[in-house]
Amino acid sequence: MEMWLGYMQLILQGAWITVQLTAYGCAFALVVAILAGLGRISRFAALRWLSVGYIEFFRGTSIFVQLFWIYYVLPLMGFTLSPMQAGVLALGLNVGAYGAEVVRSAIQAVDGGQNEAAVAVNLTRFQTMRHIILPQAFVIMLPTFGNNAIELLKGTAIVSLISLSDMTFQAQVVRAQTGNTAVPFITILVLYFAIASVISFGVRSLEKRLTRGLDGVRA
Amino acid sequence: MDWDWQFVWQILPTLAEGAKITIIATLLGYVLAVVLGLLLAIMRRSHNGFVSKPTAGFVEFVRGTPLLVQLYFLFYILPEAGITLAPLVAGVIGLGLHYATYTSEVYRAGIDNVPRGQWEAAKACNFTTRQTWRHIVLPQAIMPVIPALANYLIAMFKETPLLSAITVLELMNQARSIANYNYRYVEPITLVGVFFLVISLISVVGVKYLERRFGAYGKRGRAAS
Repeated sequence: MEMWLGYMQLILQGAWITVQLTAYGCAFALVVAILAGLGRISRFAALRWLSVGYIEFFRGTSIFVQLFWIYYVLPLMGFTLSPMQAGVLALGLNVGAYGAEVVRSAIQAVDGGQNEAAVAVNLTRFQTMRHIILPQAFVIMLPTFGNNAIELLKGTAIVSLISLSDMTFQAQVVRAQTGNTAVPFITILVLYFAIASVISFGVRSLEKRLTRGLDGVRA
Repeated sequence: MDWDWQFVWQILPTLAEGAKITIIATLLGYVLAVVLGLLLAIMRRSHNGFVSKPTAGFVEFVRGTPLLVQLYFLFYILPEAGITLAPLVAGVIGLGLHYATYTSEVYRAGIDNVPRGQWEAAKACNFTTRQTWRHIVLPQAIMPVIPALANYLIAMFKETPLLSAITVLELMNQARSIANYNYRYVEPITLVGVFFLVISLISVVGVKYLERRFGAYGKRGRAAS
């Protein structure tokens, strides 16, 4: 019993790393997604092409390849990253590319009349985006962002392959030391599912909060 | 950092071997995902709570946990139960199971979009449940979701490098062993990236075609109802 308690502690330490990776990765992905999503519909062709290039590149190659490239090839160019930094960078850039398309489609889904009304009351383009379009678009983005966050959480498992001691890595350690596969792996599967449930619950509450009083206003 | 073309030509045949396994694993896993996904979608709509509830629970659980951990689980647990699978077989089952839960949601959306009147008409014509599914609901449900199903083929293709973690000698594994053996990471890993990018970009064109070809089915069905 005491032995399992020690191993449980190891797995929980890994869970903390997983949570950190997910939190940093999501924050980074959110910023990247908004920047690339706005760039995608920018007036300036250069920004549009840059965004499309980034989005297609990161959606088109596997997250696994991206992580390995960042971890093994970037140091050869003089950027040495810790496994944690490489993990956050790869996850953020990968999920951010998917998120950018969500941002773009949500902005385009906001009713055209809103934009015209903003022009009519003489708001600048920045003001229109900041106060009129984005608040409405954000509510549309939320459910998909929730799914993306869960994909990111699941993606964190692969950082165990670049020797970051996350939950999956620790489960492997426990398996190697005890020779028991079922207990550590079922434990971490349940923990991953619990974290995913917390994310989807959080996103749903946030959505409920943000849409309060908007019934009938939104189509 | 320098790029050595000679090294590239030297490793291409090995990488091609890996690419072959990657493609085989993707196709086999996809067949499993498409078939099993349909089964899960139908089971989830069963009127029997003992069938629909566990199915829903299974789908949610598998979707909420990482594929890598599921692969480890299959690869290490099954031998303990006396079933020893080749790594590739375990990998294909893992991929297929994982993506079946995604395709089941796609089918579910398709099934939900079939107008109620179709079910009622089938009942009025005295069709059995099996006949209703087979001849009325599924043909209308599946056609419009074919592009969405194809998207998961691409998604799955990009997840196959995970199989390297359970010792399948697919593309990424070959690239990593070449890299470790020669202490050269730039060429093998970049080539793998290029391979995925090229196939993904080509597939996107294919999905666009499917959208033009099958997207109309949904609209036609709805207009007629």
